[in-house]
Formats: sequence, structure tokens, C-alpha cells
Amino acid sequence: MAGHSEVADKGPWARPAGLLPPVLAAALFVLFLGMVPEIADEQVLRWAWDWVPSLGIAITFLVDGLSLTFALLITGIGSLVFLYSSKYLQGHPHFARFMLFIVMFMLSMLGLVLADNLLTLFVFWELTTITSYLLIGFDHSTAKGRRSALQALLLTGTGGLALLAGFILIGNVAGTFELSEIRAQGGVLIESALYLPILILVLAGTFTKSAQFPLHFWLPNAMAAPTPVSAYLHSATMVKAGVYLMARMHPNLGGTDVWLWVLTIAGAVTAVFASIMALKQTDLKQSLAYTTLMALGTLTLFLAADVGYAITAVMTFLVVHSLYKAALFLVVGIIDHSTGTRHVNELGGLARAMPITAVAAGVAALSMAGLPPFIGFIGKEIKYAGALAVGSEPAFVAAAVLVSNALMLAVAGIVSFSPFWRRKHLAEPLNPHEAPWQMLAGPIILAALGALFGIYPELLARSLVNPGVAAILGPDVTPAALKLWAGFNLPLVLSLVTFALGWLFYYYRRGLRTWLIGLGERLPVFDNGWDNVLDGLKALAAWQTRLVQGGLLRRYLFITFATFLVAVAGTIWLKAGPMPALEWPVLQVQHWVVIAIVVAGALLTLTTSSRIAAIAGLGAVGIGVALIFIIFGAPDVAITQLLVETLVVVLFAVAALKLPQLDPDGTKRHRPLDAALAVSIGIGVTVVMLMVTDGPIDRRLTDYFEVTSWPEAFGRNIVNVILVDFRALDTFGEIAVVAIAALSAFALLKGRKA
Amino acid sequence: MEVMLSVLVGVLVAAAVYLMLARNVLRFLFGLILISNAANLTIFTSGRVTEAAPPLIPEGAEAPVGLVANALPQALVLTAIVIGFGLFAFALVLAFRAYDALGTLDSDEMRVAEPVEDTK
Repeated sequence: MAGHSEVADKGPWARPAGLLPPVLAAALFVLFLGMVPEIADEQVLRWAWDWVPSLGIAITFLVDGLSLTFALLITGIGSLVFLYSSKYLQGHPHFARFMLFIVMFMLSMLGLVLADNLLTLFVFWELTTITSYLLIGFDHSTAKGRRSALQALLLTGTGGLALLAGFILIGNVAGTFELSEIRAQGGVLIESALYLPILILVLAGTFTKSAQFPLHFWLPNAMAAPTPVSAYLHSATMVKAGVYLMARMHPNLGGTDVWLWVLTIAGAVTAVFASIMALKQTDLKQSLAYTTLMALGTLTLFLAADVGYAITAVMTFLVVHSLYKAALFLVVGIIDHSTGTRHVNELGGLARAMPITAVAAGVAALSMAGLPPFIGFIGKEIKYAGALAVGSEPAFVAAAVLVSNALMLAVAGIVSFSPFWRRKHLAEPLNPHEAPWQMLAGPIILAALGALFGIYPELLARSLVNPGVAAILGPDVTPAALKLWAGFNLPLVLSLVTFALGWLFYYYRRGLRTWLIGLGERLPVFDNGWDNVLDGLKALAAWQTRLVQGGLLRRYLFITFATFLVAVAGTIWLKAGPMPALEWPVLQVQHWVVIAIVVAGALLTLTTSSRIAAIAGLGAVGIGVALIFIIFGAPDVAITQLLVETLVVVLFAVAALKLPQLDPDGTKRHRPLDAALAVSIGIGVTVVMLMVTDGPIDRRLTDYFEVTSWPEAFGRNIVNVILVDFRALDTFGEIAVVAIAALSAFALLKGRKA
Repeated sequence: MEVMLSVLVGVLVAAAVYLMLARNVLRFLFGLILISNAANLTIFTSGRVTEAAPPLIPEGAEAPVGLVANALPQALVLTAIVIGFGLFAFALVLAFRAYDALGTLDSDEMRVAEPVEDTK
């Protein structure tokens, strides 16, 4: 086949990259499928490895109804998307890289939903963020791709940090990071005083990940990624990670008023807002992106409640939505691939050229629109039943669901009916053609599954939905039954209203769109707000850099010394006991002489404008210090001090001959601020020294050296023995430092211009 | 006696910090020398001072006889003096070289690495 030789042309990895990922994903899918019977019996499978036992961190995996549902969606849709990608991106120079990223994502996502340890979960959570960043920014040559990728990374990454903080709090409260153990403790988190902080932090993570209003705007932008990524990450799997976590934490954090209202309001606003936005779009992919937001909002909305009907609605709609939405994204990819446009007004009459795609799209869209006999219909019925069963505001929830469902029906028509069946002559010679089988497999299989589950809902209920509900609410709650015909009841009436309303929306879509676009221009745009936030952050960084790192040496030093002062004064303030009583000692003549020499030398250096006088002052200080060493029994130190001091003065004098005056313009500046800082630091150092010398001294080392110098090292001068024997390596290091300084000085002088 | 030395160290540190904050690099070097001396005195003082004999062991004895000065801080200060000298010598040559290359000792005018236009 010509196609295969093309693949082989793009590097050695192109062919395995096209073949291995679908096989791997399919194998994993079969593996998880094999667990269905056990899970349907409400068993739980668990594996554990110790990772950081000292911190109580283990890598533990748990399979129950909830995680198995996700695992099957991830691997099942994954294998179809990978197969699709092998044709969609065929011949792309970075095809192998793309497949590597998306497989990495699949494994991260699997880790996320299977992890039983909160910290393991967090690691996988962040891995999905990173792989998502790489995939959104896959087309890194465009500014839009880079911006969208960075936006998603920063937003979900920030949420991830909040999540980590929340997890650590949970670990502290519950005493364990294992979800199954936390769950066994029941309401320990809800009763904790830290419940509210934990809830806020965890929801900050899940709301950013699952793009809840007003943190939703990164998701439509993430559509800069290639279409398979949109279908897989940003519709079927990753964005549901937040929903997954809320479902997972439902037993431990749910059931309170705060949980109920926050999730209800965020979910309802997201769902309705997103459905309206979906209708407004003219780009098919953007339209689908907003319907994904609507689905995420709906799932959040139902997770607010803790009745069996609502949670059944969550589990059902989760599967339903993944099936039809992945299918429709793949269809849009096919349209784009085949015609080169996704603009709704440019497309029409494609069914003639692409009959198979048209049928698959139609079936998926009927499920999305919620028409019988597809699973979408059952999903919608159960949503209405769930909405009417919630304890809070059934009317509010039902109204939100009704409006968003009706809009969904209209969008389903726009995305999959009008491009294929509307009578329209294509403006340009687009030459549409049917896609290859690899790209058709996904939409056909997913759409067919939607129909199959619709006709045999028991299949889905027994294998995934019921065990999932049991995993969230516990085995005692009876999940709602999934039925195509549940009798003539209120949900059915609401369904009929939905059809009517949805058809109206579809029929008047152009007028509505024009009106919405006009309305949208007068409303604030979150995406622009994002830019403002980033610009503000950069301006803040620039401002504080200019302030702290102004490029002036004396300012750096000032900040360094000021920090030192704050640290010392703060420590004294916080830690130290009462000030020791100052006992000024009885000073004798030699003490007064020393004090006079040192202070006079320091003052001279401080005040003079003459180089020679300053050097003389320094010499005086050095000699005074040497005298101190002599007075207090340290002749070796005094000799060294005198030698070094002499060298310093000589060196300075030589150098000063070639250097300018201290105050070249003749005026000496007075710097009161610097003086205040200097005096404060001087006082601080004195206080610390007084406090230190007031306390007891630990003489163990000195005692050791005193009794071992002669017997072990055969030296009578203890200081010398310490230097050349006990701490010989330190002395060696000291010599090395001096040698390096000498070499460097030599190199500097040698490189001088003649 | 520790009280006297503590106050002396405070005076030296204050003078050193004031000098190090000056624009002239030579003054910075003066401050560097003073602060080295102050640091050495601090180490010395924290081992407690007495006007005792040097830490020597007389002939025939196994350990010092009578009260001797604390040997440990003396050893540390010896090392510190030498390293301080190395640091000073290198800094002096650096300043010398900087004047040679830039024609100034005013650190405000040494802006090659962080030019003024970057910082407004």
C-alpha cells in the first residue's frame, strides 16, 4: 500500500509508532474487560508496592466499579483514537513523537484512575497535565498553540498544587493517604475542623481540571491540539479526571450543604453557559468543545447530590457522553481532513461523498440529542429522574438540565446533520472523499455501541453503572434501573419538551447565533482576563526585580545586610530569654590601650578621605587585634595576625599608588540610611555575642584535644597539633584556597593591558 | 572580658558595614578587612577568654598544667585569618583590574553586566 511506504519514509520510528499504540491500548482494554465479571459481583481488586515507606507513601492500585469504567473508556477509546491517529497524522514529521506523547498520556490517565494512594494519584494527575501540555502545544510553531498549551498548563498546574495541599491536609486528618482506608473511616473529613480548607483546595484542583465556570476558558483554547487529542484528552478522558476525583471523594467530602451548593451552582452555570456558547460557535470543533464543557458541568451538577438516581445519572452520562463525543470529534476530524474546513457555513451535502461517515455521525448525534432508541435517550431520562430526585432545588436542577439538553439537541444537528445533509453547493472545489478504514473504525464502533447500549441497557447497567454507583454511594444504595421505556412519567414529558425546544433552537440557529455574538461583545471575556493576569504577574516580577536587583552593588549589599539584621533581630525577639545583666569588667591599662587603638583605627578608616590615612587606620586595627590575641593567651594567632596585617598594608600601599583618590570629586558623601543600618547591625552582633557568652560553654572538644595532643599526636603546642594533625584536612583546604586566590590574582594581573 | 570584646566587635562591624555600603570599591575593601577582623574576634570570644597561659603542654606532662586558654577557637581563627587574607588579596587585585579596564572605582558606574537600560 502506498500509505505504508509513506509512513516508512518518516524516520525509523514512524512504522512502530503507528502500529504499537493501538495494539497496546487494545490489549489493556481486553485485560480490563476481563475484570468486569468480578467487579460486577461488587468485588474490589487491589495491588500495593511500598514506595517511600518512611513517609507512608505506597503505590497502590484499586479497581472498583468507578475506576474500571474509566479504565475501559481510557483504553477502549484510546485504541480507536490511536488507530485513527495513525492515518490522521500520517506523514507528519513528528508523528512518532505525537504517538509517544499520547501513549504516555494514556498510561498516566490509567494510573490516575486506578491509584488508591492520594500521593500516587497526585503524581499521575500532574503527569496528565504535562502530557496534555505537550499535546496541546504539539503544533509548537504557532503562537496560538504555544499560548493555549501554556494556559492549560498554568491553570491546571495551579489547581494541581492546590490539590496537593488538600491531599496533605487529608493525610494529616485521616492519618493515611490510602483512599480505601480513608473511606473506611466514614465522616472523618467532614467532622474535621479542616473540612472547609480541604474542600476548597480539592475543588480548586477538580474545577480547573474539569474546566468548571469560571475556570473553563482553557478548554476551548485547548482545541489548538490535533483533533485526535481533542477527542481523547479534552473530551473523553482527561477533563473527566476532575469529575472522577469528585466522584471518588464523594463518600468522604460529599453530603454537606457546602458540597451540595458549590457543585450544584458551578455545575449548573457551566452547563447552561457552555450550551449557549456552543450554539454561538461557527467552528465545528469549538462547538463540540463547548458541549464538552456542558457535559462536565452536568456531571458536576449531579455529583452534588447523594441519591441513587443522581449518581446513576453521573455514571450513565459519563459513558454516554464519552461514546458520542469521541465519535463526533473524530467525525469533525474526518471532515476537516477531507475538505480542509470546519466552518459550519461552508459545509453541506457531504453525505454523497462520505456516506459511511455521515451515517456514523448521524447515529452518534442522535445519541447526543437524546433520541430513542439510543443510550443518550436513556441517559437523558435518567438525568431528568435524577434532577427531580435531588434534595436541594429539583426545579432549578431540572431547568438547568432541560435548557442544556435542548441546546445540545440543536448543536447535535449543527455538527452532524447540517454538514452532511443540508443542500449546499460547496463554495470552493473541496473535493470531499471518504476516509480510510482506520479513521472510520472509531466513529462507527463508538456510534454502534451507543445504539447497542440503548437497545440493551442492562448490558451497561450490570457491568459498569451499578458497580460504579456502588463504588460511590456504597453497596446499600439501589441504583436506578436503565430502561428505554419507563412508562409515561414526568421525565418523559420533560424529554418531549426538550425535543420541541431543541428543534426550535436548531431551526432558529442563525438568528440566535447573530444575537449571541452581539450579546457576547458586550460581556467580559475570560480569555482576555487571563492575558491581563499574566501581564500583571510579569509586571510585578519586573517591578520587584528592579527594586531588589537594581544592578547597583551597594543596593545588593544593603538588601543583604538588611535581611541579616531582620533575621538576627527577629531571632532575638522570638527566641531569646531576658537580656543578660551587663557587667562592665574592671579594665586595666593594657585593655584601655587596645580599645583605644582599635576604635581609633576604625574611626580613622571610616572618616578619612586619604588613602594612606585609611591604610594606616586599618593597620592600627590589625595591630590592636593582634594585641588582644597576645593578652588572652594566643601568641600563635597573634604572630599570624601581625604577619598578615603587614602583608595587607604593603599590598594596599602598592596598589593604592595606581588607584585614584577615595573621593575623586573632593566631597565625601554622608549616608544616614547606611549609617543607621550599620549601627543597628553592630548593636545586633554585640547583643548576640553577649547572649552567647552569657550561657554555658561546651568544652568537650577542647578537653579532648588537651588530653590527646601529647599521648596520640606527640605535640606540646595544642593549637599546632589541632591544625596539622587533628584537622589536617581543613588546613590542607585552607592552603588550597590561598593557592587558588594567588593563581586567580596572577591570572587577572597577567591579562592586563600592557 | 567577653563584654568588652563584644562591644569592640560591634563597633568594628558597624564601621565595616558602613564602609561596605559605599560606592567606592576601595572603601568596600576597607570594610572587608574590618569585618574579617571582627569575625575572627567573634570566634575567639565565643570560646571564652581569660588572661591565662597559652595552650601548651609542659615537658614531662601528659596534659596542660593549670589554667590555659581555649585551644580550639585559636586553631579556627588561625585558619580564618589566612583565608581572610586570601579573599582580601584576590578582591584587591579584582578591584585593581576593574579600575584598569573600566577607568573607575565607583561601583555605580560598573554596569557592564546589568546595564542601566534594563532597570529603567
